[in-house]
Amino acid sequence: MEGFKWEYAPAPEAKDHAKLKTQYDLFINGKFVKPNSKKYFDTHSPSTLEKLAEVAEANAKDVDSAVTAAKLAYDKVWKKMPAKERSKYIFRIARVMQERARELAVIESMDGGKPIRESRDFDVPTAANHFFYYAGWADKLDYAFPNKKPKSLGVAAQIIPWNFPLLMAAWKIAPALATGNTVVLKPAESTPLTALKLAEIIQDCDLPPGVVNIINGFGNTGAAMVAHPHVNKIAFTGSTDVGKIIQKAIAGTNKKITLELGGKAANIVFDDAPIDQAVEGIVNGIFFNQGHVCCAGSRLFVQENVAEVVIRKLKERMETLIVGDPLDKNTDIGAINSKEQLDKINSYLEIGRAEGLELFQTSGSIPSKGYYCKPTLFIGAAQSNRVVQEEIFGPVLTIQTFRTIEEVIEKANNIPYGLSAGVWTDKGSKIFNLTSKLRAGVIWANTYNKFDPTSPFGGYKESGFGREGGLHGLAPYLTF
Amino acid sequence: MDPFKSVIIDQVGIEERIARFNSRSIKKQSKIQGLKLALNMIDLTTLEGKDTEGKVIQLCQKALHVADNIPNLPTVAAVCVYPTHVATAKQILKNSGVKIASVATAFPSGNSSLQIKLEDTKIAVDNGADEIDMVISRGEFLEGNYNFVFDEINAVKNACGAARLKVILETGELSTLDNVRKASDIAIAAGADFIKTSTGKIQPAATMPVTLVMLLAIKDHYQKTGKMVGMKPAGGISTAKSALQYLVMLNETLGPKWMNNEWFRFGASSLANDIILQLGKEQQGAYYSKDYISID
Repeated sequence: MEGFKWEYAPAPEAKDHAKLKTQYDLFINGKFVKPNSKKYFDTHSPSTLEKLAEVAEANAKDVDSAVTAAKLAYDKVWKKMPAKERSKYIFRIARVMQERARELAVIESMDGGKPIRESRDFDVPTAANHFFYYAGWADKLDYAFPNKKPKSLGVAAQIIPWNFPLLMAAWKIAPALATGNTVVLKPAESTPLTALKLAEIIQDCDLPPGVVNIINGFGNTGAAMVAHPHVNKIAFTGSTDVGKIIQKAIAGTNKKITLELGGKAANIVFDDAPIDQAVEGIVNGIFFNQGHVCCAGSRLFVQENVAEVVIRKLKERMETLIVGDPLDKNTDIGAINSKEQLDKINSYLEIGRAEGLELFQTSGSIPSKGYYCKPTLFIGAAQSNRVVQEEIFGPVLTIQTFRTIEEVIEKANNIPYGLSAGVWTDKGSKIFNLTSKLRAGVIWANTYNKFDPTSPFGGYKESGFGREGGLHGLAPYLTF
Repeated sequence: MDPFKSVIIDQVGIEERIARFNSRSIKKQSKIQGLKLALNMIDLTTLEGKDTEGKVIQLCQKALHVADNIPNLPTVAAVCVYPTHVATAKQILKNSGVKIASVATAFPSGNSSLQIKLEDTKIAVDNGADEIDMVISRGEFLEGNYNFVFDEINAVKNACGAARLKVILETGELSTLDNVRKASDIAIAAGADFIKTSTGKIQPAATMPVTLVMLLAIKDHYQKTGKMVGMKPAGGISTAKSALQYLVMLNETLGPKWMNNEWFRFGASSLANDIILQLGKEQQGAYYSKDYISID
């Protein structure tokens, strides 16, 4: 019997409620103002390729007025405000984000290409939760750090990446405000829209002008922010290369810094793991957000005696993933964020092929228009392959096998990165053994890619330093 | 396959997978296809102490005429009754294509001797049952007497003759998903044609996590042997929406080969009417009164 092939009809999320202006200015001192640069750049949808809006580009003068506004707001208003009043504003932002969750989710998927299922169920609610969580800390800092007399720093310059635009903005802004700092935030140039929507929300919440300033631009804008003398603290999430440039730039100053950089996480499956659930975790680990995740489980290590069955089950599971329109509620994997990123991923597919690795891609189709990449496996990979050593930042998983626990620990640590790792085993003792030996900031056991505002996040080695989230996420914005 | 080698199940992982199935949005044509398929997979069931000939006849009529006012509607898969009512059902259903399933083996507790269980099975088969729904001995299973459970299923299978055997694990009494997996493996190895979650007499009855664990057992068996085994969640599935969620899970776990009533059934009594209500809404664009839907 052939059976019945059940295709899911398109289920697109409506986008008529998502209000976008054709042109966005710089959000400085509580108002949208024209850029001194007089320049605007376009932001596109990576799925439909249509132009969504024009966004003002900030030059050094614009950066200066944003930082000046932040400094004034810090000195005149925010520093003096009782902490419980500060916390009310942060709560208010969280609530309005929840009220506008649908609109934020739709714009996030339009501008960034991620599936609506993720922006709706993960990005937006988690972003709101960060504001809720840190709002609660604002008037309790003396209890968070007893006898240490925590004090705010001043102006925080925050530069965020394109993979979780709104969530990263929340990760950065919420703890900075709770600890009494003011903010100049620069979203990534390919995904500026949800941060600008957040600027509108901040305006609606009557946050005192200048406490949060949101400006857009490219590398030069970020460099001007980092170099500005009135900036007291830099928080950067992005590539390791840029992280190194920033650190060089601030050498000799007393600016505080946190860096959350690249990763190439080991996801380790032992023969005593719950195999079907591990396969699900492998899928979530690498194909979540098209693999545009710094903590993605991009290096799979499977114990040799279960490798065959794990790889077979993984391939079968991948065949059920739906790649397509980010706004369709059934889409599992959306569009690659930009042409530049797609080219980079494709170049790594070539490198892997040239290295002689077995390549597996799913048989389903991908849309002819837009930037898409099929979920991909490189089977039979080794430590010496470039696709194993370098961060691809796409839906590409390398699979290596191992024989013993010592071997896999050594291989997992044999990489310049150290952001995250995953361990799959039914044995609790094995989990504790590994978590103490893996050099990674976050280690998940029998799950992957779990995030919570209460939980600190950050890296080892070239994955950066400093922690975001949780009580630990307050410290980088304070002096003691 | 060694049925006593445990496959490890992680409950949290199973629940996350279920959440993912339930986030699928089934609309328009795919919804109508799914609803019709679900209707066609129903084992319309009456298993009460107060069952009478009259009640069974009425249920069989319902099976033959689910909703004649809606064109191109499939029939249900089967009617499920106690062995003593099989003959009555046979009279009505005859050659209609609707199968007759009968519970047997001292349903629902299964606490009786093998001799009586085999006799119970024989009565149902002799009266014309196409399918036998047996219960496993949960007490023996929980005591660790897996060989006993295996042998009993195997003996009942032999007594079934041409009738297909559905093995009820009564997962609500097995407590853990690890146990559900182990019982599934034993039942499949002992010759089950179908594995089934529940009697409907114990809460919780069918749940999606339990059903997923059983589907994965079926999948592993198919991978190893090439032999298909059917799945029947029973009890507690009463809405069309929930039936569609089960079908999504089936579709993405076992795939098209299982997407028919030869290999998947819903044990339910009120599900059919909710499906009819939803199908009517899809066709007319609005809900109509439940008074238009027969209740037997």
